[in-house]
Amino acid sequence: MPIKKGISGLGRRTINAVWRLGVAARFFALTLLYSATAFRRFRLTSREMFYTGVMSLIIILVAGMFVGMVLGFQGYETLKRYGSESALGSLVALSLVRELGPVLAALLFASRAGSAMTAEIGLMRATEQIDALELMAVNPIARVVGPRFWAGVISMPLLACIFSAMGVFGGYVVGVVAIGVDEGSFWSQMQSAVDFRQDVMNGLIKSLVFGVVVTVIALYEGFDAPPTAEGVSGATTRTVVESSLAVLMLDFVLTAFMFRGD
Amino acid sequence: MERTTLDLWVGAFVLAGIAALGVLAFKVGNLGTYNVSETYELTAYFSNIGGLKQQASVKSAGVLIGRVKQITLDTGRFEAKVTMTIDKRYQFDQDTYAKILTSGLLGEQYIGLSVGGETEMLKPGDTIKHTQSAVVLEDLIGKVINMLADKPAQPKEATGKN
Repeated sequence: MPIKKGISGLGRRTINAVWRLGVAARFFALTLLYSATAFRRFRLTSREMFYTGVMSLIIILVAGMFVGMVLGFQGYETLKRYGSESALGSLVALSLVRELGPVLAALLFASRAGSAMTAEIGLMRATEQIDALELMAVNPIARVVGPRFWAGVISMPLLACIFSAMGVFGGYVVGVVAIGVDEGSFWSQMQSAVDFRQDVMNGLIKSLVFGVVVTVIALYEGFDAPPTAEGVSGATTRTVVESSLAVLMLDFVLTAFMFRGD
Repeated sequence: MERTTLDLWVGAFVLAGIAALGVLAFKVGNLGTYNVSETYELTAYFSNIGGLKQQASVKSAGVLIGRVKQITLDTGRFEAKVTMTIDKRYQFDQDTYAKILTSGLLGEQYIGLSVGGETEMLKPGDTIKHTQSAVVLEDLIGKVINMLADKPAQPKEATGKN
C-alpha cells in the first residue's frame, strides 16, 4: 500500500525531527548546567575565544567595511531622488546597528567559527577522544562544550559591534570622503536618529541571542555527528544551513517584538 | 600557540569590541549628546500634535534642549497632553510659547519653545499655557482652496458693477 507507506514515512520523519529537537534542548540544558567549569577555568574559554572571536576578526572587519561602503553608495542614490542626501548618515547607521550588524556578523560567524566548531567536535567524537574523556571521568560537556559555548556567546556581540562600527566608517568613507555629503549633517543626523537604548541595545540583544543559537547548533551538530568522515562533513554542512536559517527567522521574530512601529 | 600571545590577542579583541560599542554609543548614538540625569519635566496641551512622536526633540532658538517623553490624550479636555523632559541648565519663564514645528518641508516634527516676557520661571512639572498646534497639511490645503473659491467671485462682482 503506497499510501500507508507514505503516511508512516511522514510520521517517522516528524518523530525524528521532534526527537532531535528534544535531544538538542537537553544538550543545551546540560551545557548551561555544567558551564561552571568554563568560568572556573576561564583559560579554557579564553583559548576558545581566540579561535572563534579573534580568528573571525579579519572577515568581520573586511565584510563590515564593504557592507558600509555599499550602503553609502546605494543609500545616496536613493536619497538623492528625494533631495535628502544629508539623511545618509542616519540611514547607514540605523540599518547597520539594528539589522545588518547583528545578522551579517552572525551569518559570517556561523560559517567561519560555527563550522570549525562542528568539525572539531565531530572529529573528537570520531577519533574517540570524547569517549576517552568520559573514561577518565571528565565530563566532556563541561570540559569541551561549555568553554566553546561561552566563548561563542561572549564573542558574538563584540563581533557585531565591531561590524557595525566598521560599517559606519565605510559609509562615512563613501558618503563624505568620496561623494561629498556634508560631514556635519552626516554625523548630526545620525546622532539624532540613533537612540542608544532603542537601537544600539536592541542590536546588542539580537546579537547575543544569535550567539547562543549559532553556537548551540554548531556544538550539538558536532557532538551528535556520526563518527565517520561522511558524518562529520554532513554535520558541518547542517550547522551552516541550520544556523543561517535560524538566525534569519529569529531576526524576524525579534524585530517584530522590538520595532513594532508604534 | 604560546599562552601569553593568546591572552594578548583575546584581550585586544575584547577591548576592540568594547571600543566599538563605545563608538556606537557616543559617536553614532545619542548617548553623548544628551545627558538624561539632570532634567525636569514640563507639560503642554495641544489641540493637534500632527506627526509628533515620542523622543522627538524639543528646541529653543534651534538648540536641542530636551525630548518629548510621553504623549497621551487628555479625555477631560480632548487635547493631546505632551510631557517633555528639559535639560536642567535651561529655565523658561511662565509666558513661554510652545509650538509644534517641522524641520524642513517634509522633515520630522519637533517642539519649539520661545520665551515670553514674564519674570517668574516655570517650575518642574508645570504646564505651558500658550501653545500652537501642528500645521496639518490637509487643513492648509483646505484653507487655500477656500481662498481660491472666494477670490474669483469678487472680481466678477466688481466687473459687473462697472
